[in-house]
Amino acid sequence: MATQILMPALSPTMEEGTLAKWLVKEGDEVKSGMIIAEIETDKATMEFEAVDEGTVGKILIAEGTEGVKVNTPIAVLVEEGESAEDVAAPAAPVAAAPAPAAAPVAAAPAPAALVAPAKPDWPEGTAMKSMTVREALREAMAEEMRANENVFLMGEEVGEYQGAYKISQGLLDEFGARRVIDTPITEMGFAGLAVGAAWGGLNPIVEFMTFNFAMQAIDHIINSAAKTNYMSGGQLPCPIVFRGPNGAAARVAAQHSQDYAAWYSQIPGLKVVMPYTAADAKGLLKAAIRDPNPVVFLENEILYGRTFDVPVLDDFIVPIGKARIARPGKDVTIVSFGIGMTYALEAAERLAKDGIDAEVIDLRTIRPMDTATIIESVKKTNRLVTVEEGFPQSSVGNFISATVMQQAFDWLDAPVINLCGKDVPMPYAANLEKLALVTTDEVVAAVKQVTYR
Amino acid sequence: MATRKSAEKSNVSRDELLKYYRDMLLIRRFEEKAGQLYGMGMIGGFCHLYIGQEAVVVGLEAAAKEGDKRITSYRDHGHMLVAGMDPKGVMAELTGRIGGYSKGKGGSMHMFSREKHFYGGHGIVGAQVPLGTGLGFADKYKGNDNVTFVYFGDGAANQGQVYESYNMAELWNLPVIYVIENNQYAMGTSTKRATKSPNLWERGAAYGIKGEMVDGMDVMAVKAAAEKAVAVCRAGEGPYILEMMTYRYRGHSMSDPAKYRTREEVQKVRETRDAIEHVRELLIEGNLASDDDLKAIDKEIKAIVNEAADFSKESPEPDVSELWTDIYA
Ligand SMILES: Cc1ncc(C[n+]2csc(CCOP(=O)(O)OP(=O)(O)O)c2C)c(N)n1
Ligand SMILES: [Mg+2]
Repeated sequence: MATQILMPALSPTMEEGTLAKWLVKEGDEVKSGMIIAEIETDKATMEFEAVDEGTVGKILIAEGTEGVKVNTPIAVLVEEGESAEDVAAPAAPVAAAPAPAAAPVAAAPAPAALVAPAKPDWPEGTAMKSMTVREALREAMAEEMRANENVFLMGEEVGEYQGAYKISQGLLDEFGARRVIDTPITEMGFAGLAVGAAWGGLNPIVEFMTFNFAMQAIDHIINSAAKTNYMSGGQLPCPIVFRGPNGAAARVAAQHSQDYAAWYSQIPGLKVVMPYTAADAKGLLKAAIRDPNPVVFLENEILYGRTFDVPVLDDFIVPIGKARIARPGKDVTIVSFGIGMTYALEAAERLAKDGIDAEVIDLRTIRPMDTATIIESVKKTNRLVTVEEGFPQSSVGNFISATVMQQAFDWLDAPVINLCGKDVPMPYAANLEKLALVTTDEVVAAVKQVTYR
Repeated sequence: MATRKSAEKSNVSRDELLKYYRDMLLIRRFEEKAGQLYGMGMIGGFCHLYIGQEAVVVGLEAAAKEGDKRITSYRDHGHMLVAGMDPKGVMAELTGRIGGYSKGKGGSMHMFSREKHFYGGHGIVGAQVPLGTGLGFADKYKGNDNVTFVYFGDGAANQGQVYESYNMAELWNLPVIYVIENNQYAMGTSTKRATKSPNLWERGAAYGIKGEMVDGMDVMAVKAAAEKAVAVCRAGEGPYILEMMTYRYRGHSMSDPAKYRTREEVQKVRETRDAIEHVRELLIEGNLASDDDLKAIDKEIKAIVNEAADFSKESPEPDVSELWTDIYA
């Protein structure tokens, strides 16, 4: 019986990839375990091993083909005596598999055009370059490391492996092992060590493979980095950046899928940044590295591969603590940050079709929070919905609601709605995971509720 | 460590050898199938295969008795199968279905069976070490003679909580066997790039803990060491450290491009140290089993694994109401 070889999923967030190279040709014998192709994901080039045995009857997808969806038949294996022609038109094996693992939004890269800052962070007429969030973060670190000898990067797999999520790709080559430092798996140890190094006059960038593992180190982030300047009467500031992916990726379950924005936003002495676009990722990371305070810089794995326009400037900085009006509007204010912006902007587009003109604010910095921009907007629209991925109790949205109630109570025409992830640990099962995350539909429904439509 | 004990020397019976062969083969075939289902998108997220390391858990479990507990990391499928958990329930958890051990809510890295005394399945590197130490604490508190097997990797061995655990375990003589599965890599970091103390088991000496290094590719050597460690712990003289020298054949997880080692390095271990091949040779060369006997076992294992895979596809996704259950006891 002929067997189809399907395009494999090679990472939790992979939905498609490039068939970079075939290592077998038609007529070749294939044994289980043999490497038959090289497949490029946005993170890496991976070797693809055969599971089934047989002869390559037909190669269906030529090497060099980009954007091959997971589960597409890429070749047919035949047994002795069979020919590829005997193989009936490929049945749709895709149907057998459950919905792809990735969060539903991962497929839809937000068009850069949606992002039209009311007051851009760059001069009019600046040339723009399209790049991924991943590239933007890498450029920010590289530029700051070139500019300041005391900036160094430390973390698990940041050097020789080129970064678990490839953010630090190439940095070891350029800056050497003195400044791009692979650590053992000892988060508490290297976070504390980096705080000490900051006190000693350096500017560490600490990469957590994900922020879930920063819980091992949170004592040093909070008790050591955030509080010591105060306790020392201003003698020991701590210029350090703690960065890495935060929030849910896809199907990695409860211990690997938590949004820590609200947690860190509680702490005086910390700054907390959570960019959505590549431009903000770049400009804010550069600002964070220069900041004399500890900055928790929350990235998102699903956003790493998304492309946005970034200004081409010698030294592009986005100030910490300033929100961005991503879409001006007059009927309702939607406040979000990080990946939540995906749902907020999608909802705004859909609402526009129903005649509701939403103003979407991208907070960018969670602490110190630009509440002035929110208040100003609410005074105009009189309605507010907040959108975030984290848990509902004591969420960032709760703080925004309280602030708005105190400072703009008389302007509100409806109770504020805080949309959050569901109040459950992140489930693994594909169907439950979707339900646990905040969705565009929920944003649309919440806006209709506060606008009484 | 380099030379293997022969079957005669370790005085192992035909039945015993056949059981090890069977258990190790079950793990390998199960993992190959899991890898295949991952490639098809049936399994999502992170999936860490145990292929290459089978002798470790099979040898250790050979020294266990009913009531003993075990706890490990995310690389946990093999541990569950040998602990007697149903391959169907394990595979269905991998596919996120209601028939899985955690009703589909935990996935590959987070699975548990109270009945089989399997306490996970933990996603945070090193976390299982104090947790397992606590399981041992509970048994000592209750005054029974159970022991707990705490498995962790060479990478995890650098986490501070391991040493906090060592100190308490020795201080209170807890019946805990720390099994370091030294497969020489923590993701892309070889042990040489993570520590200058080459013998991980020796670190226990600083706390007064006994231990030794074992060829983790030789199931009989593992079993012999496990029996010794178990005896020490049951006698109230624990804890004990066993550093198992082993090797993983596949990438760290399914998404690891594995550029940090050569194919030749992997190939060499497969060809010269493979644990299953080793037992197969002992069986055949010692005239303890025929090719046909082993083929029958292969067939039987294949059927078990296929049945598990079928179950994992047929079992439905959890009902949406499951989103809200089990948050509190
Ligand atoms: C606290 C923490 N830090 C980092 C990670 C990411 N991570 C998962 S497995 C792993 C490597 C662990 O290697 P080792 O302990 O040798 O176990 P092995 O995977 O070889 O079985 C890393 C860094 C994690 N899960 N938890
Ligand atoms: Mg290891």
